[in-house]
Amino acid sequence: MSLDDLYREVILDHYRSPRNKRHIDSGGIDVHRNNPLCGDDITVHVVVDATGVATDAAFEGQGCSISQASASMLTEQIRGKKVDEIEGIVLNFRKMMAGEEGPGEEELGDLVALKGVVKYPVRIKCAVLAWDALQEGISQYEKAH
Amino acid sequence: MFDPKVVRKDFPILERRVHGDKPLVWLDNASTTQKPRRVIDCLVDFYEHHNSNVHRGVYALAEEATELYEGARAKIAAFIGASGKREIVFTRSATESLNLVANAWGRANLKPGDKVVVTEMEHHSNLIPWQLVTQATGAQIVPWPITDDGFLDLEAMPRVLDGAKIVCVSQMSNVLGTINPIRQVADAAHAAGALVLVDGAQGVPHLITNVAEMDADFLAFSGHKMLGPTGSGGLWARAELLDAMPPFLGGGEMILEVWIDHATYNEIPYKFEAGTPNIAQSIGLGAAVDYLNDLGMEDVRAHEIEIVTYALDELRKIDGLKVFGPADPTKRGGVVSFWMEDLHPHDLATIVDTEGLAIRAGHHCAQPLMRVLGVPATSRASFYVYNTNDDVDALVAALGKARETFARGGGLPF
Repeated sequence: MSLDDLYREVILDHYRSPRNKRHIDSGGIDVHRNNPLCGDDITVHVVVDATGVATDAAFEGQGCSISQASASMLTEQIRGKKVDEIEGIVLNFRKMMAGEEGPGEEELGDLVALKGVVKYPVRIKCAVLAWDALQEGISQYEKAH
Repeated sequence: MFDPKVVRKDFPILERRVHGDKPLVWLDNASTTQKPRRVIDCLVDFYEHHNSNVHRGVYALAEEATELYEGARAKIAAFIGASGKREIVFTRSATESLNLVANAWGRANLKPGDKVVVTEMEHHSNLIPWQLVTQATGAQIVPWPITDDGFLDLEAMPRVLDGAKIVCVSQMSNVLGTINPIRQVADAAHAAGALVLVDGAQGVPHLITNVAEMDADFLAFSGHKMLGPTGSGGLWARAELLDAMPPFLGGGEMILEVWIDHATYNEIPYKFEAGTPNIAQSIGLGAAVDYLNDLGMEDVRAHEIEIVTYALDELRKIDGLKVFGPADPTKRGGVVSFWMEDLHPHDLATIVDTEGLAIRAGHHCAQPLMRVLGVPATSRASFYVYNTNDDVDALVAALGKARETFARGGGLPF
């Protein structure tokens, strides 16, 4: 088990310089999640326009490098995508976290760096925290539209 | 004084390696301790030779099991200076003991507006049961603040005790290591007309504990944090309090006579031991008490002061590392929580794990305290009788590795 598989440089980079870490009054998706085990805490914001496209995405919160990097990459990956495409990304990300190989990794971009987390089962919760929030936000959005 | 390097040999698990060839360095003793061969053998012996329910059968094994179980109760009573074994209720954990007091004593005695004092350093297990019972009774929780250096704020004592019905205080903090002045709290609380419930989950394993000297009213303790099996623990309370309290759990064993619509209850402590208890675990706890007595609690404490002194000295040499809690090793137990700049505790714990070290990262079931400290989580190393200064050195080296891992690809901009 190599730490370099877990703490890939791209992860450390997102941790040091998180992308889209700011508050937005999205009026669309705003979901807060925390992990009571370790205190990681994340709110995901997504602005969705009338055509169902995520025109902006951001996150706020605090936590370990894995949770923060995962949230940072999430916002980059879903920007400009339609909600149903985002659902596909969520699905692919979850498959990767479940250790499943398969199609879809290419559309995960930088997120593939998180693949190493699978070898550290107790840390998977950190990686999926922002995704849990996003998924809950999508289902709320879909109920409302 | 015992040699921890010799003590280690009594603990089979400390021989094992993790992540390939890394010797296990167990530094999560505030969470649970490892078990000496004597305790493991005691469990095996019970199941191989004496397994039976207690207090019921008339056959040989029931008598043997009952004798062993009650013998363990007597050992524990003596270990904490109780006036007799009827003041010891076996539970499965300190958590269950605290819930017992909150439910049995709390529901019978708390009225709307009554005050329940809970310190800011309490573990969730001495807070949530009181939240539940105050919500049910209309009583209210009064927080007892702590000082910047991690002590109970004694200046606030007269204010928080004013009108209090019960004070819930840990003997030793599971985050800060702070040893609380229980006798002083008990004297003031009693003068104010309040009872004192002590959470001894951390204190009883590490400190010389004498309930007569403490003069509190309830003491909850855990077996698995003092070399005993998981699922063992207990509650000490003054006999007259136990006598006056209604039962907590109902079922077999806790009754005398039962009709379809009412019942009379067994004498203490059995009134509070509904159902088949954790027999083997409680007997195993008795074996753990024997082991600790053989080491001598004075020496257990002396060793702890020694290793904490060394650990605090070494950790303070690390740039950007902040240790929480009292600076004086004689005023704290073997729990050292810290925050390392640039490194979230969760990342840190993962990295040191790859070196074979088990430390804890998180809020340690003390979220209100984390808010007071202004951190989302801490890293925590906690020591016991088998830990050596070598373990501290291994921790310091592993923290260095954690720093290196995170420094890859350029420095941190923090």
